[in-house]
Amino acid sequence: MTEQARAAAPGSQHSHGSQRAATAGVPMSGAQALIRALEESGVDTIFGYPGGAILPAYDPLLDSDKLRHVLVRHEQGAGHAATGYAQATGRVGVCMATSGPGATNLVTPIADAHMDSVPMVAITGQVAAASIGTDAFQEADICGITMPITKHNFLVTRPEDIARTIAEAFHIASTGRPGPVLVDIAKDAMQATTAFRWPVEMDLPGYRPVSKPHAKQIREAARMIVESRRPVLYVGGGVLKARATAQLRALAELTGAPIVTTLMARGAFPDSHPLHLGMPGMHGTVAAVTALQKSDLIIALGARFDDRVTGKLSSFAPEAKVVHADIDPAEISKNRIADVPIVGDCAEVITDLAVAVRAEHAAGRVGDYTAWWASLDAWRTKYPLGYETVKGSLAPQFVIERIGKIAGPEAIYTTGVGQHQMWTAQFINYENPGTFLNSGGAGTMGYALPAAMGAKVGRPDATVWAIDGDGCFQMTNQELATCVINDIPIKVAIINNGTLGMVRQWQTLFYNQRYSNTTLAAGPGVDLNGGAEPRRVPDFVKLAEAYGCVGIRCDSPDQVDATIEKAMSINDAPVVVDFVVHQDAMVWPMVPAGVSNDEILAARGMRPAFDGADDE
Amino acid sequence: MTTQSHASHGAQSHGQTHTLSVLVENKPGVLARVAALFSRRGFNIESLAVGPTEYAEISRITLVVNVEDHPLEQVTKQLNKLVNVLKIVELEQAASVHRELILVKVRADAAERHQVLATIEPFGARVVDVSVDSLVVESTGDSAKLEAMLRVLEPFGIKELVQSGMVAIGRGPRSITDRTLRSVERAA
Repeated sequence: MTEQARAAAPGSQHSHGSQRAATAGVPMSGAQALIRALEESGVDTIFGYPGGAILPAYDPLLDSDKLRHVLVRHEQGAGHAATGYAQATGRVGVCMATSGPGATNLVTPIADAHMDSVPMVAITGQVAAASIGTDAFQEADICGITMPITKHNFLVTRPEDIARTIAEAFHIASTGRPGPVLVDIAKDAMQATTAFRWPVEMDLPGYRPVSKPHAKQIREAARMIVESRRPVLYVGGGVLKARATAQLRALAELTGAPIVTTLMARGAFPDSHPLHLGMPGMHGTVAAVTALQKSDLIIALGARFDDRVTGKLSSFAPEAKVVHADIDPAEISKNRIADVPIVGDCAEVITDLAVAVRAEHAAGRVGDYTAWWASLDAWRTKYPLGYETVKGSLAPQFVIERIGKIAGPEAIYTTGVGQHQMWTAQFINYENPGTFLNSGGAGTMGYALPAAMGAKVGRPDATVWAIDGDGCFQMTNQELATCVINDIPIKVAIINNGTLGMVRQWQTLFYNQRYSNTTLAAGPGVDLNGGAEPRRVPDFVKLAEAYGCVGIRCDSPDQVDATIEKAMSINDAPVVVDFVVHQDAMVWPMVPAGVSNDEILAARGMRPAFDGADDE
Repeated sequence: MTTQSHASHGAQSHGQTHTLSVLVENKPGVLARVAALFSRRGFNIESLAVGPTEYAEISRITLVVNVEDHPLEQVTKQLNKLVNVLKIVELEQAASVHRELILVKVRADAAERHQVLATIEPFGARVVDVSVDSLVVESTGDSAKLEAMLRVLEPFGIKELVQSGMVAIGRGPRSITDRTLRSVERAA
């Protein structure tokens, strides 16, 4: 943001020892108290961008030996990096920006974190308390703006409130259903003197998240699991947030019920596991979509019956009873009425469910899903995920599949939004939690690169691949500079089809192939299918090199493996690979928007025939 | 089996009226959080009243909403998620007292003045301002009573009308605030 160095920076003469402050507190500036509170909250990294109103906080930050500040190139990058850090590590991600436009540039990543329940604390500077409400320079009511997209937010105008508010923000962000919390701090509160005390007592009388599930509901759910004939474990992002993947595996193997993992839950259950049917939803596998649709019992664990999963809600899984476990009571029966509502943390719910199911088994009541598995196995054998290759061109799915095979299940994959996101969810096998990071609920283009940066900072030993579209990449690619300068060697695969692929796919299917404003590689009215040469603007290889990254181009299938291996071998700089792919590849299967999941198309114009589906 | 799986909320024209007492922390911006939640989740507020309680740190918002039971449960859960909301109680019509305040400026010259006074008398309303050709009538009661009074005042000519949101309190000795306050003290 515009620099505005009007403030007399308070000299930070204080040393940040670990000694506890005496009851009277240690005198220091509000800004120093902020930095100390962040250190005491366990923060090791802040992604941020300074400016006038936040300037007081940047001065003591310079002296902190516990906090690494990563100077981004746009505040949106700071927000998504904080999200990527949080998603990869399970810890709270922290971003910082100045008032006004600095703060509003955080709005998209905050909304994104809110939709995907990511623990994040965003700290913004605000104009001096006396100037609030006067349309002062770089003033924006960021608390008002972010009210609907934060779990909670705070405006702090007194220095003595800073440390307590930071403690409260981290508590709210990381407990219950996680989410973003914004702390807006008036500049003069940071400049004034206060007495720093830690630990602080929090004052949150209205915040009481429930984590322990009701025993009666758990027993009822276990009874229904063993009595059902066609159960499905419908696993959402809440299982990853609760770090309950080991418990989930135990429950799945105990019951023998099939599992589907949503876009937000990829990695919560090994893709290689025979009980796993894959991802449900608009671009889910035929087996996963159909299993839910024909199920007689859906056990929803940390999932929210999103429209991208249910399709037309009124015709979703018409014969299924629903056990719905979520830490957020408002999610239960929001979209689909639950027969057995369970409010609780997924780790506790799943653990308790396993105990209750074992008790049912001990009493001789074991679910018999033999006929169900016969149907499920038939569907997944007959309708596996697949794609077509067009001779002389590179299939984007092939590129992504090879990256997954070569980088392996220990790597972290981030994506933007669109076709490449769906292919990355489909064609990479995830075996571990925290290895697939994407913008699920909000669908934020530009997420991949800064999220990869944040993930790499949080887990420096992991290989991190940003698999991005050429449209998405251009929304946040300036963070390549951040990666180079701060030694964050991520790898970027641009799945470059020269178009906004997913929108183009919808234009192909639903708008009579009228490609209105979705071609990036040519001007208006130029028909690439009519033989015109695409204009590669920008040249991504040159762009990468201009930023100090290694740039590689690959446009033929026989070069794909060598290219990926070369990228894997470079660990001292970010690598950007421009994979020039076929522009008309489409994402299949697909349930068109607003129709029943019964209408799933396995491929274009191909409706699966569900022989043997009704043998119950 | 699952006959009604679609839980629609928002745009409820055939719901019932519910009165919610919402105890909130007395902090800046809390009313905005509550009001914004209703609008972004697609619920209409029919009446709203905010004021202090017997405890300085707690304010009480009385909301009247017209929704069916399922969306009511949803809006209550969403309200409960607001960090500044301490407690939500639905006040059933039969077990609580509901009151609104109305001030009406009625056209009435000296000749009509007595007729107006006679008209409002059965309602227990009173005149709080008199001028040459108008009166200001003050009345409290439930909505039905206030509507009835307005109907009979209308022929005189209503020049101006202002009405408060509804406030409500449960009948009997129990208080919805005392336990809440204890939890506030525990947390503080």
